[in-house]
Amino acid sequence: MVFKDAFIAANRFGLGPLPLELGVIAKNPRDWLKRQITTEQKIPSLLQNLPNVAEIMNTYARNRQMGNRGQNRGQGNRQRGGGGNRQRGGNSFRQQQGQNYIDSVYSRTLNMIQTPAPFAEHMVKFWSNHFTVSSASRKIVGPIAVAYETDVIRPHIFGNFEDMLVAVAQHPTMLVYLDNHISMGPNSQMALNPRGGDGRARARGLNENLAREILELHTLGVNGGYTQTDVREFAKIITGWSFGGRGGGPQGPNGFRFKRWFHEPGPKTLLGRTYDSGSVNDGLDALKMLAHHPSTAKFVATKLVRHFVADDPPAAAVSKIERVFIESKGDLAKVSEALVDLEEAWQSPFDKTKTPYELVLSTYRALDIGAPGKRGILQTLSELQQFPFKASSPAGWPDVAKEWLNPETLMRRIEWTRALAAKLPRSVKPEELFADTIEAVASKQTKFWVKAAPSAEEAIALILASPEFQRR
Amino acid sequence: MKISRRNLLKTAGSATVLASTSPGLVFAAAPTDKRFVTIILRGGMDALTAVAPYADPNYARLRSFLALGKPGEKNGALDLNGHFGLDPNLPYLAPLYKKGELAILHAATTNYRGRSHFDGQNVLENGTPKPYGTDSGWLNRALDLMTDGERRVGLSVGHAVPLMMRGKSDVQTWAPSALPKAEGDFLDRLMRVYEGDPVFEHALKQAMKSAALSAGVTDGMGKINSRNTTLKIMTEAAGKLLAKSNGPRVAVIESGGWDTHAGQHLGLTNKLKELNTGLEALQQHLGETWSDTVIVIVSEFGRTVAANGTRGTDHGTGGLAFIMGGAVKGGQFIGKWPGIEEKHQFQGRDLNPVNDYRSLFKTVLHEHLGLAEGKIEDAIFPDSRQAQMFSGLIKTV
Repeated sequence: MVFKDAFIAANRFGLGPLPLELGVIAKNPRDWLKRQITTEQKIPSLLQNLPNVAEIMNTYARNRQMGNRGQNRGQGNRQRGGGGNRQRGGNSFRQQQGQNYIDSVYSRTLNMIQTPAPFAEHMVKFWSNHFTVSSASRKIVGPIAVAYETDVIRPHIFGNFEDMLVAVAQHPTMLVYLDNHISMGPNSQMALNPRGGDGRARARGLNENLAREILELHTLGVNGGYTQTDVREFAKIITGWSFGGRGGGPQGPNGFRFKRWFHEPGPKTLLGRTYDSGSVNDGLDALKMLAHHPSTAKFVATKLVRHFVADDPPAAAVSKIERVFIESKGDLAKVSEALVDLEEAWQSPFDKTKTPYELVLSTYRALDIGAPGKRGILQTLSELQQFPFKASSPAGWPDVAKEWLNPETLMRRIEWTRALAAKLPRSVKPEELFADTIEAVASKQTKFWVKAAPSAEEAIALILASPEFQRR
Repeated sequence: MKISRRNLLKTAGSATVLASTSPGLVFAAAPTDKRFVTIILRGGMDALTAVAPYADPNYARLRSFLALGKPGEKNGALDLNGHFGLDPNLPYLAPLYKKGELAILHAATTNYRGRSHFDGQNVLENGTPKPYGTDSGWLNRALDLMTDGERRVGLSVGHAVPLMMRGKSDVQTWAPSALPKAEGDFLDRLMRVYEGDPVFEHALKQAMKSAALSAGVTDGMGKINSRNTTLKIMTEAAGKLLAKSNGPRVAVIESGGWDTHAGQHLGLTNKLKELNTGLEALQQHLGETWSDTVIVIVSEFGRTVAANGTRGTDHGTGGLAFIMGGAVKGGQFIGKWPGIEEKHQFQGRDLNPVNDYRSLFKTVLHEHLGLAEGKIEDAIFPDSRQAQMFSGLIKTV
């Protein structure tokens, strides 16, 4: 019983136990989790040297400008032989950023494998997915995705939802991912004088992408009570939310900048309330309203319970979390404690299936073989269809087993565990791995067949491929 | 995969397992010789670029820089009928239309009228009028009416099984992978471990059957890995598997990345090229079975008629469907055409969805796959009576 609770704490709330850790957790599983809920979230050492987002975005913008101008001149460039240089410059920038993406994803993954606070890291992963940014778009998102997570998700996982929402909506990675940096009011200074300071003709008008996804995916939820008109109005409210650019320093953290000349003038009405200051405050006020909207509490509570309790979230558990969210005004430390206190979370050890990323993290946490190599683990994540920050849409990775557990993806998991087991050092003992991971909850047949395996490597592969290890 | 003795033995190993669990598997008779492929373009394809009403006097004005040129001009449309033309990145489709093997249903979508990708895709795939109307897909429910014992009539190509193909009927699956295969005897032992967990047990059984049924499909396809997920890999595998006389009959393939909010021209050009290449490969690998095939290509919704402020388009409503294959009476536009002028637009911004995708799907299920109309309306597309079938779309022999 005690070990079952330790198993749940380590797997459902954490990222899988380290060797011998279950015994430690078993002393008081709920307390072990709650001790990780601290408002001061230090940046883990592996992530302290990430590239500076503001700088990358500025270089990117400069590069694009140069590229565009070069194209406009076309012929002239080639005659001067300048085109070739520009080409090389562009490629090396892209290569450099591709390398940034790979390196930062590796550091992030390694940190999650080695962390002594896996519940906190699990929350980082949850909120990072709630506020998804993805390199599946053509935009420069991958290289600055981990920095985004470090800048605006990490500091707020046990802080306030409103603060996280605002930080996210102002971060260059999100602004570029959902196109807001180029959205402008149809009657803004910029749209009325489309040939701006640099003399380039521009498209002029709104892009409703970020506004829609904030309403649908980050706050109210699709049935949260907004209309197409609200989407347009909200898009107008956040016109001018951008980064970098000329004139003056940044007006917010991480390079955020409110570009007044992109902003749509005049009053806008969102969910019945009118915003008319013409400043960045309109957007901030709107986000504050959204963060504390009852639909948001319900939507966020449902997602949290689905993630930490069951694919089909029990209604009673959802309303408990919803109430704590509302009463604490979005205090995520209180919400996280309430999650740990949910009776529903401790009843069955196997309600959730690990995502491929969770499977890989928990495998390396259990194995005690040192840090996995960069190439190998990133290839694995790619083969298992969950390379970080590469979800196919702004809705993020799915959070229910039926999206992850189909014949092809299960076979990939099995093939990976089998191949990994064949490469492990002799120091990995199946009996020890078994005791350190699933023994407390293993079924009769799992115990029997692991014991009956013809070799140590097959025993290890059976443990890692077993439902007990694949679930949480 | 190179044929080696080792590989042969491995394949043989898994086949033995299969034979012992399902003796009739390989040789069961087909419920039909017709083939039906659905390709889902996720993200909302810009229908007014893919098939442009270039001759409409309002077209160039409304679409401004997104407008295709007239046929023969630079970046000009590929003419279909003097009024509509294809995007120039779909050169494979133009002769197909002339040959009578491609029909187009324009200004169409499901009954969903919101603009959420995810709700829109749910309605497209579950076949009910509501985003969470049911957990199963309409295509899988159609398979329920075509089952033939252990035989896999359905095929899902890609890493996930799309909702459209999920449900009671077991389907064959295939996805590109570079991981080494696990040995048959290891899988047998793992199956015993999975006995207590019906979800894992079922998925593994399905996977082992599919692996045996798909043996050899990657031959000649070059280097396969999970990152190479272009449509061509998927359609090539689908074509080969569907072409087998004892293979599957009904397939689904998905393609992501059609959500073009900004700088649409470049992104959409790449996607349309990928679609063009993928469809060409599908026909090539279907071989002779092409004449028995209907392929339907759909997206959850269309995009705004006018460009947005960032050289792209936002979520709209009316989209289109391509219907192609040797069993299609092509060379025609089916359904109604609402026009694109402001006064004809849906909510003053979108192409008006005057045609219902369900009309199309019901037509294919009934006229091509021979399912009874009553059963289609009871079990596959509930509450769809108002979506009437099209006549004259499917060839009758």
